[in-house]
Amino acid sequence: MEVKPPIPQVPPPVWSDFKDLQEWEKYHQTRATNDRTSEALTSIADAIHHMPGGWIVTTSTDKIFNWARKSSIWPVTFGLACCAIEMMATFASRFDVERFGMVPWASPRHSDLMIVSGTVTIKMAPMLKRIYDQMPDPKWVVSMGSCANSGGPFRHGYHVVKGVDRVVPVDVYVPGCPPTPDSLMYGLLRLQEQVAHFLQTGARPTPAEPA
Amino acid sequence: MTAPSVAAATSQIQERFGVSPAGERGELSVSLPLERWQEFARFAKESLGCRYFNWLTAVDWKEQGLDVLARLDNLEVQLAVTMRTRLQPGATRCPTLTGVFRGAGWMERECYDMFGVVFEGHPDLRRILLDQDWEGHPLRKDYAVDTPQAPYR
Repeated sequence: MEVKPPIPQVPPPVWSDFKDLQEWEKYHQTRATNDRTSEALTSIADAIHHMPGGWIVTTSTDKIFNWARKSSIWPVTFGLACCAIEMMATFASRFDVERFGMVPWASPRHSDLMIVSGTVTIKMAPMLKRIYDQMPDPKWVVSMGSCANSGGPFRHGYHVVKGVDRVVPVDVYVPGCPPTPDSLMYGLLRLQEQVAHFLQTGARPTPAEPA
Repeated sequence: MTAPSVAAATSQIQERFGVSPAGERGELSVSLPLERWQEFARFAKESLGCRYFNWLTAVDWKEQGLDVLARLDNLEVQLAVTMRTRLQPGATRCPTLTGVFRGAGWMERECYDMFGVVFEGHPDLRRILLDQDWEGHPLRKDYAVDTPQAPYR
């Protein structure tokens, strides 16, 4: 079995180095996207898994890792519009998502989750993508509110991205305009469920429908 | 310079530009030919005391052409002049007001961005809100809003 060296992460060049948005976008599409866990880790886990009795190790470590992951999801503070007010309310003491281990963190480098709360304009989309790219793997995205889900009331505006899933992959969609803190909290709990089922292979099984 | 009353301002405009301003209670609306656009702005600033450039925008009347509007306020007396001019159908050129009001610069850039009105003599006529490589002018009536275009639309 060949263990590949990790892909060196070069810092992305600055925005002003590019001629226009298309050039910048092309650069990011040709870049190696390791959205899931690294190939080296995957191959090591694969090797251990196929040793005699190795599956016990891999499955239980998976469980422990996933438990750790889902118990300390740190969302990057990324408020775009009025949904961000509800997001702040969710983080505040009345609803208190800190009991789920969620700490709003002001740096994408330390965060696991991006809550896209609000309208994504075409001019904002490259910055959103960049923040997403700066987050370490594994990472998740919650699309909060009608605007982030589909463009919402501004869908037919000339400047609105018709759904943030056209920019970054989305795990949980929270409907509402804006969603109440309860809705967002429900979405975050569904996300925790999803994280608990996260496999090292990168597969994301859909959690069972609630009864 | 003493600021004239509303009645005096009305008569001055009538006398000098030959158009009777519409409106009441200090809100005057003046339709001008394109070639007297700058002249009227300078007149309003210097003779009527409208030193506050409030806003500038445009209205798309489709095949009848574009209207360019600007509002100038005199804050000392209750006087506001809305000046408007009609561009020919298909025409996009309009003289700039940046020589009279420096604050007109950004308003004209926005008007260019959204309506595609080219202000002749503007020192720096670039897009101000949208990306520099944006195609079209989105507040025109003939702008196809839902055309899917790369990358994110």
